[in-house]
Amino acid sequence: MTAVDAIAEPTRPAGWLAAARSRLQQLLAFASLMVIVGFFSVANQNFFTYGNIINILFSTVVIGTLALGTTFVIISGGIDLSIGTGMTLCAVMSGVFLTNWGLPLAVGIPAAILFGGLVGLVNGLNVAVLKIPPFIATLAMMLVAQGLALVISHSAPIYFTENPNYVNISIGQLVPQVPNAVLVLFAAILVSAVLLNTTLLGRYTYSIGSNEEATALSGIDVRRWKIVVYTLAGLFIGLAGVMISARLGSAQPATGMGYELQAIAAVVIGGTSLAGGKGSIVGTVIGALIISTLNNGLQIMSIPQEWQNVVLGVVILVAVYADMIRKGER
Amino acid sequence: MTPLLQVTGVSKGFPGVQALKDMHLELRHGEVLAVVGENGAGKSTLMKLLTGVYTADEGHFAMNGRPLVVNGPKEALAAGLSIIHQEFNLMPHLTVAQNIAIGREPRFRGVFVDERRLNREAAELVDRLGLPLDVRRRVGDLTVAAQQMVEIAKALSHDAKVLIMDEPTAALNDAEVRVLHDLIRRFTTADTGVIYISHRMEELTAIADRVTVIRDGAYVATVDAATTPVQQVIALMVGRAIDTGATPRNVRDDREVVLSVEGLSTKELLRDVSFELRRGEVLGIAGLMGAGRTELARAVVGADRTTAGVVRMAGRALTIRNPADAAAHGIGYLSEDRKRYGLLLEQDVGQNIALGSLAKRFTRFGFVDGQAVRAKAGDLVGALRIKTPSVAQTTKNLSGGNQQKVVIAKWLLNDCDVLIFDEPTRGIDVGAKEEIYGLIDRLAADGKSIVMISSELPEILRMSHRVLVMSQGRVTAVLDRGEATQETVMHYATMTKAGAR
Repeated sequence: MTAVDAIAEPTRPAGWLAAARSRLQQLLAFASLMVIVGFFSVANQNFFTYGNIINILFSTVVIGTLALGTTFVIISGGIDLSIGTGMTLCAVMSGVFLTNWGLPLAVGIPAAILFGGLVGLVNGLNVAVLKIPPFIATLAMMLVAQGLALVISHSAPIYFTENPNYVNISIGQLVPQVPNAVLVLFAAILVSAVLLNTTLLGRYTYSIGSNEEATALSGIDVRRWKIVVYTLAGLFIGLAGVMISARLGSAQPATGMGYELQAIAAVVIGGTSLAGGKGSIVGTVIGALIISTLNNGLQIMSIPQEWQNVVLGVVILVAVYADMIRKGER
Repeated sequence: MTPLLQVTGVSKGFPGVQALKDMHLELRHGEVLAVVGENGAGKSTLMKLLTGVYTADEGHFAMNGRPLVVNGPKEALAAGLSIIHQEFNLMPHLTVAQNIAIGREPRFRGVFVDERRLNREAAELVDRLGLPLDVRRRVGDLTVAAQQMVEIAKALSHDAKVLIMDEPTAALNDAEVRVLHDLIRRFTTADTGVIYISHRMEELTAIADRVTVIRDGAYVATVDAATTPVQQVIALMVGRAIDTGATPRNVRDDREVVLSVEGLSTKELLRDVSFELRRGEVLGIAGLMGAGRTELARAVVGADRTTAGVVRMAGRALTIRNPADAAAHGIGYLSEDRKRYGLLLEQDVGQNIALGSLAKRFTRFGFVDGQAVRAKAGDLVGALRIKTPSVAQTTKNLSGGNQQKVVIAKWLLNDCDVLIFDEPTRGIDVGAKEEIYGLIDRLAADGKSIVMISSELPEILRMSHRVLVMSQGRVTAVLDRGEATQETVMHYATMTKAGAR
């Protein structure tokens, strides 16, 4: 008897089983992560150390933050390709606000995050109001953001040398031995999990992704909630822009391309369906950790960087195929 | 007495089409009003006006004598108008309770969903309605019938005064229809009413008090359901008389066996299914929902994997790994969901007809001979009397009946001797049904062999030379023309494993 049959069996406590089944995907992803960690721990004694675990978490921050926002978009049945270059644009704007305009940190940082929200809002308006397919709308935004980042920065990095505290957002340690960036990631995870699981926004995100027309006919303003979802993803873009520029001590306008695919990969490895309707924050976090653990482990084992993406590509295929087998779609 | 809902002189036009003109409708308190009309008669437009999806060009609506103006689904629900759409409008990934409460989630602190209260209230509602639903189950895991129940629970949860149901029984078997009708009767009280849209004529006397007939966007007549013969309602609908009487024909057991299936089993459902199909025969396959009728068809054409069994054609065992193999051997499967599995809706009629036989018939050195496609498709459009301005018409613009004919044309062109029809008249209006029946008759007379799966017993009894009855994945009976009646078929269809032969 498959899991689905068990659910369909009316005599069983279906609520409990359904919960167990939806956990199963996360458990599988978590088990894969443990296998990967176990493999590298055995393969190299420098891998499973406190310092390196913190390293892995630290390198998960940017991809993880982007992936959190993208999880909402993908569950709602959309896609966001603008998160990578959008993040770079927000990093540049952070540089403009803090270095060029000399705004204090307490103003400049929120402004950079809100600027990300603005990028997301434009995406949301294009998708929900102009009805441009999300792939196209955010592809266009990806190009616009990349171009604007170069234009605004005159194609040169903006340094935060006049704000030495800026880098502390990332590498400072409010808690000893833990970079602040990791705390920020934890906070972002917490906020997005609460939003997705307990609020109306979360419920309608699933609902729109599951059946958009039915949601509209149920009297829900689908347009509005789609705009909210993309705007939320935009705020995470802004946060990622701050975190990456703080880590580097500068805004690098020529980077960012490629991050969107890594973030989407994290979401997909975490069991979120690109068709919409299902997915979880826990899954996305595990997906992001799998990616950064692989990168870190392969580095430690001195495997050339070129091979890391090859491995990552294979992992995506295996993860999605395993999920399909589990659901009996094959 | 003031009617519960009144529609007066409503017109609605779209570019190029006058969908409704001077429409009238009156729903009284405590009644079930059936609204019937052929596809394209304007029923859907009327429903969309009532629920505020469209705005009327002229005319007005009144509820309990007061003018009714709704802009959008939310206002319709607030006014006490609940609609159950023809296509399911549920979120498969959400639970039953989450679906029922969608848009009105109990909340705390404004934005947080009170999941416990949501589940409790849904459970209370479901209990009150007497529905066997676990509100914590995901809707996507439920059977079609159970999903229909969720739709109804959702509609009634809005404290609806007027419940509008668009083809609510299209996907239900007879037992499930009875449950639905029971629910409707319990819903209709002194201050509520139901508008019931259906293609199933036999339902009208079972559930409706009065029947309003519309045709070509205009009001035709309202008649009493109990005293008006179905024939007369149909005549009003189509504007002409149609013979729906059963015409028993002779069994032709002297013909050679074309297709024989022996001991077919699948992992999930089918157990040792065997049958024979003769040249020129229509074999009806009856059974309740979930009996394995569609699964049988899919197993025969290789769409699903089998664990045991042989399919023979003219005595020769075939290797069928997928539907393409089946088609190459001349077995065509016409899916119950023709929009999804049978047609390219965005392509024109000619492309659809030629699709299956492009490589075989219409390709020269890798290039498709468009002229030959159009010519041959045009011949079939004429032969099958497909109503379309030309073979260049986009298929989605055709009515359901004509779309079905396009699918049939496609398989005929593919030289199929065996055609397996799965619910050939689902969602097709009465007039077009007759044409599909006539077409199937003619195909059989021309020597094609036909398997016809249907949930509508009258259809099975009318069309079939023999009836194969299934229950729980097994064959429980093969009935000859003379033995097959509503009662015998239902007897075997409800037979459980212990009694299966």
